[in-house]
Amino acid sequence: MFHRPLKLAAAIAVSLLALTACAQGSATTTGGNATTAASAAPVTVTYMNFGANGGHEKDLDAISAAFTKAHPNITVKIETVPYADYFTKLQTAVAAGTAADAFELNSENFVSYSSNGALAEIAGAPTASYKPSLLQAFAKDGKQYGLPESFSDVVLFYNADLFKAAGVATPTKDWTWADEQAAAAKLTDKSKKVWGDYQPISFYEFYKALAQTGGQFLSPDGKKVAFNSPEGVKAANWIIGKPGKTMPTQADGVGTPDFDTKLFSDGKLAMWHSGIWMFDGLQKAAFNWDIVVEPGDTTKASAMFANAAVVNAKAKNAEAAQKWVAFLTSSDEMVQTRLASSWELPPIADTAKVSAYLTKGKPTNRQAVFDSLDKTVLPPVIASEQEMQDAVTKELTSAAAGRKTVDQALKDAETAVNALLK
Amino acid sequence: MKNRRSQAAWAALFLAPSAIPLALFTLWPMVSSIRISFERWNLISAPVFVGPANYVKLLTSPLTAEVFGHTLAYVLGYLPLVYVGGLALALALNAKLPARAFFRAIYFLPVVTSWVVVALVWKWLLNPSNGIVNALLGAVGLPQPGWWTDPNWAMASVVLASAWKDLGFVMVILLAGLQAIPGDVLEAARIDGASTWRTFRHVTLPMLTPSTFFVVVISLIKGFQGFDQVDVMKGGGRQGSSQVAVEQIYDLTFRYGRAGEAAALSWLLFGVILIITAIQLWGQRKWVHYA
Repeated sequence: MFHRPLKLAAAIAVSLLALTACAQGSATTTGGNATTAASAAPVTVTYMNFGANGGHEKDLDAISAAFTKAHPNITVKIETVPYADYFTKLQTAVAAGTAADAFELNSENFVSYSSNGALAEIAGAPTASYKPSLLQAFAKDGKQYGLPESFSDVVLFYNADLFKAAGVATPTKDWTWADEQAAAAKLTDKSKKVWGDYQPISFYEFYKALAQTGGQFLSPDGKKVAFNSPEGVKAANWIIGKPGKTMPTQADGVGTPDFDTKLFSDGKLAMWHSGIWMFDGLQKAAFNWDIVVEPGDTTKASAMFANAAVVNAKAKNAEAAQKWVAFLTSSDEMVQTRLASSWELPPIADTAKVSAYLTKGKPTNRQAVFDSLDKTVLPPVIASEQEMQDAVTKELTSAAAGRKTVDQALKDAETAVNALLK
Repeated sequence: MKNRRSQAAWAALFLAPSAIPLALFTLWPMVSSIRISFERWNLISAPVFVGPANYVKLLTSPLTAEVFGHTLAYVLGYLPLVYVGGLALALALNAKLPARAFFRAIYFLPVVTSWVVVALVWKWLLNPSNGIVNALLGAVGLPQPGWWTDPNWAMASVVLASAWKDLGFVMVILLAGLQAIPGDVLEAARIDGASTWRTFRHVTLPMLTPSTFFVVVISLIKGFQGFDQVDVMKGGGRQGSSQVAVEQIYDLTFRYGRAGEAAALSWLLFGVILIITAIQLWGQRKWVHYA
């Protein structure tokens, strides 16, 4: 009985491999035979990532083609996996010793991989090119185990046409929760199935809302939970107070894949808390939309996510893998590709190179992407990261479904997370 | 002597194609999981021997009881539904209907269909916002539940899909049982003036008990092992209300990096199934009639 999940996982892994093998066929043919006469013997580096999934595959291919042009003897074999399956697949591959030479990690998962000796130290990286704070996020004990590859933040998207029709002033960067709530109430029109607001009920929204109302997720020494506090209750109430009033509920389809994206794209959602990685997919929207820094309560706090490219401790071609990782994270070709396609932002320090981003089209107020960086909050990181996230999301969902009071849900989440911290 | 030895060699040769994969992909992982259940292993670094700590942790954790509770709730919802439904189908298709072979094949089709396909189809049918089930419920003015997106309904959705999928299996077993009932017994009942219901209640059902017993044992084991359907239809599942035992084993291994505890939980589940099946085998003497 216990081998069934293993079998299933194996089946999934095999089918994913089969699928990605097809995709790789086209990706790896670039830059092949033209310059093989050059210096060293040809080398292939494998790279697994989630960031290119869902529309940016061709952009990553372009970066790898540029890399092979600069290093004719190295070919990069790319495997792109959806985020939802990525960390399961990566963990299994690492356990089996079949993980790619280089792969992508987010800051939340970086700790467990670097502290378990799964990553190789990256030497000779162009460290001056990166934003220092991002570089620091992927160092451990003074050694660089990952190079920042991209970062992104979460902003408030709004449908300007819906605001106009309802006669409500559009959001500004000075908005607070109260402003958002008042506008959402006016914009919600259940008879037309138009909703004022959408904010997922999850760990990610909770730690951010907590920071926006001045609370702390963990105690200063990181050994205990600190979110079961008046601020925590306020943050939880802010998030779970929306469904059914200004936000659709699970009975309306929340939880089905891409529900919120579709709702906003269909012009049925006035305000949407989502990430800047959505820009590209919204270019075809048939209404006026823009973004603004997320409203806060007592203070501003925007969610920032940072991803890194790392080298497997057991990489076959560690040297070539390091060259690829450095190119992928710092080259001008990468910067141009990321900006041109409105992908997540390049991690580089040189703001002049990034300024072109501001005028790349919709949304108009791209300055908000950078303004959000003035006050950011990174996800709290513990060794049992996934389990903590699941526990917090589970309790919030229980409270939202009315199966628990908010106080009880926070208390239960506190107990669950404290147990993980022991 | 020489002859017997060469016979054994031939037997081994013919057994090899199924024996080798069985040993490699079933027996070896089973044995390994005993070892893993005494280790702490996060899949990333090397495993560490911890003795019975994993078992102690599981047996003292309230979560274990919760997970087995969900599993039991699933089995208790699934078993009556699949048995009564399968019996009704078997009775209907035992009658002289036109094209009944065709219908038997149709109802058996879901049994041999991949769970991933079935679960996706049911997710569409039960889609809270634009699924056909809620459209029909709405048309007749009934409430439209959030089905698999709603933690309160997620388990019901999974039970419904599971019962539907396994209906054909139960039908085939019971159909075979029905056909094994001798015609003269039924005829005797009719001549004695027994109504259709009395014949069914006092002749057909008792004579069907061996098949019923088989169906109950198999379905219970299947129920306790349920995973694929919950995993694919996991909308509300990951948030706890329909977390069943095997799903927890999967999460522990592949999401939380606690493979040792997962292996220990597998063996606990094995123990529970073993005990339940033993009780059934013991209890069957009281209600199963072998003609």
